[in-house]
Amino acid sequence: MSENKMIKKRAVVDSRRCVACGACMAVCPIQAVTVPDGCFARVQEERCVGCGRCSNICPAGCISILEKGQEEQR
Amino acid sequence: MKKTKKWYDYLWIWSILYFTLGFFNIIFAWLGMIDFLVPILIAGVSGNKFFCNHLCGRGQLFTKIGNDLKCSRNKKAPYFLASKWFRYGFLIFFLTMFGNMVFQTYLVAAGAANLREVVKLFWTFKVPWDWAYTAGLTQDWIAQYSFGFYSLMLTSTLIGLIVMVLYKPRTWCTFCPMGTMTQEICKIKHRK
Repeated sequence: MSENKMIKKRAVVDSRRCVACGACMAVCPIQAVTVPDGCFARVQEERCVGCGRCSNICPAGCISILEKGQEEQR
Repeated sequence: MKKTKKWYDYLWIWSILYFTLGFFNIIFAWLGMIDFLVPILIAGVSGNKFFCNHLCGRGQLFTKIGNDLKCSRNKKAPYFLASKWFRYGFLIFFLTMFGNMVFQTYLVAAGAANLREVVKLFWTFKVPWDWAYTAGLTQDWIAQYSFGFYSLMLTSTLIGLIVMVLYKPRTWCTFCPMGTMTQEICKIKHRK
């Protein structure tokens, strides 16, 4: 995936399904994902490069990689 | 960007050590209470899932075996596994079984039942485990609780390993009773 394509995408968390296990946080190469209050994971949009590692590891399947501006964080 | 490893990144070793110690001396099963009480304490006091996110040796072990050793098919888990009814249903089932184990311990303590030196897998299959305990080493109820608790820990790890192979490495986390409980505590604390 080229740098440009990665920049255009970002991870979006479905907070209703997130189990806050933190698996996404552990694999994020730039620490753009956090689980601050133990309820669900949050993605810092400005930092996320949309590499998809979090989406790939998420056991609940609640992280999608979307085009920036495609959908607001649920 | 390479992350600096912290001491708690090696807690997967603790998981292996726990089962090894319990294999030779069942009384070590009591150490598993740390994994029961610490997450609840952290969630209750700090209102976060620091335990699940950083300190869970079991989750780290599943990542190691599933991801690093490539023992996981890495397939998407069935939708229902992360659904509320399944997670809370499993939590209720797990707590019921835990309560049953405590009751068995009470019966042994009260002299109404004898100590059973077996490990019960999947709450059904009795596996003789008598080499791990010498009669008279401690009070019978302490040993009974050890056998029960070790059974619970071993069973949940085996379930975790099965879903790790079938689906994603940390699929167990989606319905882990401790994870469900601590997430609920955090939600109540943050009113979400």
